[in-house]
Amino acid sequence: MKEKLRIAAGQGFWGDLPDAPVQQVEGGPIDYLMLDYLAEVTMSIMQKQRSRDPRAGYAKDFVPLMKQILPACVERNIRVTANAGGVNVKGCADAVSEVARELGLSGKVRIGIVTGDDIMPNLDELLSRGIELRNMDTGEPLSTVRDRIQSANVYLGAAPMVEALDRGAQIVITGRATDTGLTLAPLMHEFRWAANDWNKIAAGTIAGHIIECGAQCSGGNCQYEWRSIPSLATVGFPIVEAAPDGTFVITKHERTGGWVIIPSVKEQLVYEMGDPREYITPDCVADFTTVNLEYEGRDRVRVYGIEGRPATDTFKVSISYSAGYKAVGTLVYSWPDAYDKARAADRILRARLDRMGLKFDQILTEFVGASATHGPLAGQPSPDLPEVQLRVGVRSEDRAAVERFTREIAPLVLTGPPGVTGFAGGRPKVEEIVAYWPALIPKAEISTAVDVVVV
Amino acid sequence: MKVQLVKLAHARSGDKGDTANVGLIALRDEIYPLLVREVTAARVRQHFKGICLGEVERFELPNLGALNFLLHESLGGGGTLSLMTDAQGKTFSTALLRMEIEISDDEAQVAGV
Repeated sequence: MKEKLRIAAGQGFWGDLPDAPVQQVEGGPIDYLMLDYLAEVTMSIMQKQRSRDPRAGYAKDFVPLMKQILPACVERNIRVTANAGGVNVKGCADAVSEVARELGLSGKVRIGIVTGDDIMPNLDELLSRGIELRNMDTGEPLSTVRDRIQSANVYLGAAPMVEALDRGAQIVITGRATDTGLTLAPLMHEFRWAANDWNKIAAGTIAGHIIECGAQCSGGNCQYEWRSIPSLATVGFPIVEAAPDGTFVITKHERTGGWVIIPSVKEQLVYEMGDPREYITPDCVADFTTVNLEYEGRDRVRVYGIEGRPATDTFKVSISYSAGYKAVGTLVYSWPDAYDKARAADRILRARLDRMGLKFDQILTEFVGASATHGPLAGQPSPDLPEVQLRVGVRSEDRAAVERFTREIAPLVLTGPPGVTGFAGGRPKVEEIVAYWPALIPKAEISTAVDVVVV
Repeated sequence: MKVQLVKLAHARSGDKGDTANVGLIALRDEIYPLLVREVTAARVRQHFKGICLGEVERFELPNLGALNFLLHESLGGGGTLSLMTDAQGKTFSTALLRMEIEISDDEAQVAGV
């Protein structure tokens, strides 16, 4: 058994710095590369792509990335865990296999394929048996939006990924798996942690939480002494250096920018936190009030003392459904009286929308430069503001109403208050809203499958 | 004396549906008890009046010198439904740092402000 395992984070979301995974592979020694591609809305985008093309529906960027790094990964035995499979895990694995063959790596790469998260085909059957999949936030049963559902996926935990690694997979591709599982699975596999060794499982889970947003724990978006953060242009993505006893160090490669300090790790620990004693994943319930941090050298923060409790008997389900349309229009008003002009323009716009009798579920006006982020906390805007952006958003079930709204923005330039610009982008685009429906499902209802194929 | 939280703490915020979470972290260990005493759920709710339309919950993390707040009904429906510039509540962190709390001169000295 290894005494130390280095797991590097390569993507904090689909669209993160493209070169970050390459830097992680090339910048120093690592054992694993974990790549998180799936945000809540991503699954529905992928579902749409697959309905147009049966070979699509996964994180396409993953394939050229593997083409770039696979030879080095094979040479240095770096293994990869990625939830790049989206709603077409097999399609993603096929594309990676093809790349491996093109690179002349036939017979040298095993790909683990984890499926079973997609419950879209079973939805009616589940609902008919009284599994209501009630919205965790509102309590409503799923039947109220049944005909508008676009995707339904269970958040899988580490277990099937561990199985794939146990069976020799060098690359593990999943669909909707938790971000934390991508880090926890290599630890369970290498250190032979039992699935009910709750303190260790919680430690691996919290390690995953710290690095799952990429550089957000190593200097990115760090409020603490932000002016002093070294070279964010070359920011190093985080690495977990873990020991078999469940303690670990958060660090990054040498000669990279950013910093790993206790405040930067604390900021990431509290990110998207609910009840800190109840951080629930499919693998355990982790207790963030047991996390201890200490310095172990430059850009090295040691994490220890973590405790966890048994996992719950449910999986979280991420369901997406169509929820109408929206559009956002903007114009920029200049000094003098920029704020007053933007407000006057808003009144004129609303009067016109009223006269047309358009029905919107919501109209929201914001004044960027005055109050868009902090609202009333920002205080009364100065009459001397150099400029203010008027930003008006509308939402409606009626696409035509949203479409009509988009034609009312640019005319304000010639028919509203003076000193206005910023309309060069043309009419705002009408966007279909795909909303998120979180629910729980008994674990017994879900069967996962693990395939390991040799390329 | 009144001190603005930006001198005593740093913070990060995020979203879960229509709820914003704000983690407030003491800049130094000595400051944490002042945050516990002064930055109550009720005061945070008052601070975010007109922005947070629901309840505010507070959780303590003495191990990190941090408090975590959940601000329910704050994000215009949340996620893709929200029309807000900050639909993910990313700037609620700095909005909380605008709050002023009352501490004694002795405490200010200990806190280094």
